[in-house]
Amino acid sequence: MGATRVVVLGAGIIGAACARELALAGLAVTVVERGAPAAATTAHGEGNVLVSDKGPGPELDLALLSRRLWPGVLDAVAAHLPEAAAAVEWEPKGGIVVATTAGGARELERFAAAQREAGVTAEPLDAAALAAAEPHLTRDFALAVHYPGDAQVQPAGTATALLADALRAGAVLRAGCEVLGADTAGGRITAVRTSTGTIGADAVVNAAGPWSGETARRLGAPVDVRPRRGEVLVTAPMPPTVFHKVYDADYVGAVGSGAGDLQASAVVESTRAGTILLGSSRRRVGFDERIRPGVLSVIAGKALRLFPSLAGATVMRAYGGFRPYVPDHLPVIGPDPRLDGLWHATGHEGAGIGLSAGTARLLADLMLGRDPAMDPAPFRADRPAVLSEGESR
Amino acid sequence: MTRHVVIVGAGPAGLAAAASALRAGARVTLLDTAERPGGQYHRMLPDAYRAERNGRLHHGWARFDRLRRHVLGHPRCAWWPESAVWSLERSDPGDPAPPLVHVLRGPADGAGRDRLVLRPDALVLAPGAHDRVLPFPGWDLPGVYTAGAAQALAKGERVVVGDRVVIGGAGPFLLPVAASLIEAGSAVLAVLEANPARTVARGWGRRPWELAPQAGKAGELAEYAALLARHRVPYRTGRAVVEARGDGRVEEVVTARLRADWSVLPGTERVVAVDAACVSHGFSPQLELPAAAGCALRDTASGPFTEVDGDQLTSVPGVYAAGEITGIAGAPAARAEGLLAGWLAAGGAPAAPELRPLRRARDRARAFAGRLAAAHPIGAGWPGWLRADTVVCRCEETDFGTLCRAADDRAGGAARAVKLGTRAGLGPCQARICGPTVAELLRRRAAGAPGRPAEGLAPATPHHRPIAQPIRLGELARPPRDPHEKENTP
Repeated sequence: MGATRVVVLGAGIIGAACARELALAGLAVTVVERGAPAAATTAHGEGNVLVSDKGPGPELDLALLSRRLWPGVLDAVAAHLPEAAAAVEWEPKGGIVVATTAGGARELERFAAAQREAGVTAEPLDAAALAAAEPHLTRDFALAVHYPGDAQVQPAGTATALLADALRAGAVLRAGCEVLGADTAGGRITAVRTSTGTIGADAVVNAAGPWSGETARRLGAPVDVRPRRGEVLVTAPMPPTVFHKVYDADYVGAVGSGAGDLQASAVVESTRAGTILLGSSRRRVGFDERIRPGVLSVIAGKALRLFPSLAGATVMRAYGGFRPYVPDHLPVIGPDPRLDGLWHATGHEGAGIGLSAGTARLLADLMLGRDPAMDPAPFRADRPAVLSEGESR
Repeated sequence: MTRHVVIVGAGPAGLAAAASALRAGARVTLLDTAERPGGQYHRMLPDAYRAERNGRLHHGWARFDRLRRHVLGHPRCAWWPESAVWSLERSDPGDPAPPLVHVLRGPADGAGRDRLVLRPDALVLAPGAHDRVLPFPGWDLPGVYTAGAAQALAKGERVVVGDRVVIGGAGPFLLPVAASLIEAGSAVLAVLEANPARTVARGWGRRPWELAPQAGKAGELAEYAALLARHRVPYRTGRAVVEARGDGRVEEVVTARLRADWSVLPGTERVVAVDAACVSHGFSPQLELPAAAGCALRDTASGPFTEVDGDQLTSVPGVYAAGEITGIAGAPAARAEGLLAGWLAAGGAPAAPELRPLRRARDRARAFAGRLAAAHPIGAGWPGWLRADTVVCRCEETDFGTLCRAADDRAGGAARAVKLGTRAGLGPCQARICGPTVAELLRRRAAGAPGRPAEGLAPATPHHRPIAQPIRLGELARPPRDPHEKENTP
């Protein structure tokens, strides 16, 4: 009897992280990717590894677990693949959340206090400390809180590094390979049928991001994961202007909101290349990939409220992507209740880059019968938000 | 009601489209990023330099001047110079309206450009093309110019790029560039066509009856050839500039004989002392606007172009394309296409008898474009000129070796991941220069199967630039003004 055969569907950050954990545990892993690795949602985000935007609860616990795991994961990758690990561009730069109104300040103060209870470091900054930390930030603010735990990565480089480490550990990648359906026997999945042949499987991990709903449907066990659109502006390279991940306190509200219409809040940060990334927007528009000038305009306006001196900065690029959205805003990590052998690791909305490390560890714990790194119950697939029919797109 | 036709680009195609749309009764808004109409072909001297010499360097100047005066002076034409289309906003699926045209108006380097939005009944895209330049060791040295830039400096600013210049690359455009430099006072040491005489002759000589209607073009080229001969400038085929060297600036170039596939014939290298070099390997159509409008592209041996039907209509309702974005065929073809596109965009009758000769001229011009492409192809062997440390993306200084390593990475060799990992094409020019080169290098190295289409995930293309022109954050934050708002809302 050979090693357990696992087929991971999707080579974004979640699929890559899961493939790596499972391959390192000795399983025979095949990664099936319809397009190219790290080319869809993973390549269209900002590379957030955030604890600051999550209130107390299971998602914050997963974020804290992930944040603890990341340095070790990257060290382990670097031990064999130093170049790949360098391409991750790990920046533990910390985040600063700024409230510009009195009401926003009260909300942020409450939010940060609750986070501190849950183990997050959240330090209020006075005007002098804020000016020292971010000299170009508006002086017109009501409250600023520093979160040293926030970090940033180059997301496609991170997924590529995790996948490369998985391949080194024996995983096999099949790119340009689309899932068509599942073979089952006695209520158990036995193989995945793909555009390039049938792949025998003892277990299958659905890590297809915003396409997870459709992938699961093809396998015969639909889950309610929908796309939620986001856009990011990129400036031309500039002298150092922004030193942390800086965002306005509205961001927390926008992340937690389920509204379909445009939610926008300023998220401003620089990259190693000298560009500044300006986010972010959230819209539920199905898979409509049109970039709307009106949305970009709102993002620009919000960013200027935080950094008025950026008014002359040149925007040279904009990109947009789709987050995997679940109506109750929690990821789906665990076995499918209807089809034995099918597992889900999806639904991380805009937090998948940061949460991938903890997600992969938790999934591997569950699949291998190890003691789980945290309580997996809140993420289980048989909760109503996941199995409901959902609204039609 | 009068149709409103927006025309992007005031080169030969755009000007012709404007004249034709006006003739058909439409209201026209003609935009160009330049201060003056004419495009790259009829590059006009700035006022300060304008002299009677202006006409001398330009072919068909009198005709152009008449057209320009007619269009710009027409009461139904709004001429918007220094106007950049930074975004085309596609309509909802099923809505036949052409995209909204988002414009920045005012000097690009000035503060506070006006942000405007136009809601046309039809859109004619005629943005033209820019030089395509292949990389070679030292091509990023100061003193190495694209042939187009050298010509623009000579024609537009009366600036010579150097005293001793070698011109190299592929295509008939090398000749007018040489002529401009000679006129401006440079010593042109040689004009090097990379393709062997055999390829050039086969391309130009095949189906000679197609050539007759392009006699004007052939005559123009003969004139340039005579000028070269008068100045004893050698025109060599099968030879190319394969390296530029110098300490902080080009001091010499290495030229070499090439095989038909553009690989270097060893032992034929020659070192030539120069103070400038001009290179051009053909033209890249400016496809970001057709791509933003959602127009289908058609792949050809010389790269992708905008797909149009016999009426110059793209795959998007209400969006027409004319000139080099449909195929590199020169100014006469661009004019014929512009005239057709403008008339039809304005709602002119497709069966109008005066369209018949236009369609014929356009078809002949297309055949001519095919002939041009066959006579001056880009050989597959050019990557052999590159060394590991040859810069491929000049903005981000990504070298060939880094690109190859990234492309060969099993876990991340796809276009998007390579781009993000190496930053090739992510700099200020947004892959306008290196995009086709990087795409070609990746295509050749890609081992894996191509990806399958996915809903919401457009295939990676170097022409995808949703922000088609740089925009300042302050300009973007302001809401746009609709100059026709009163007329549009009943």
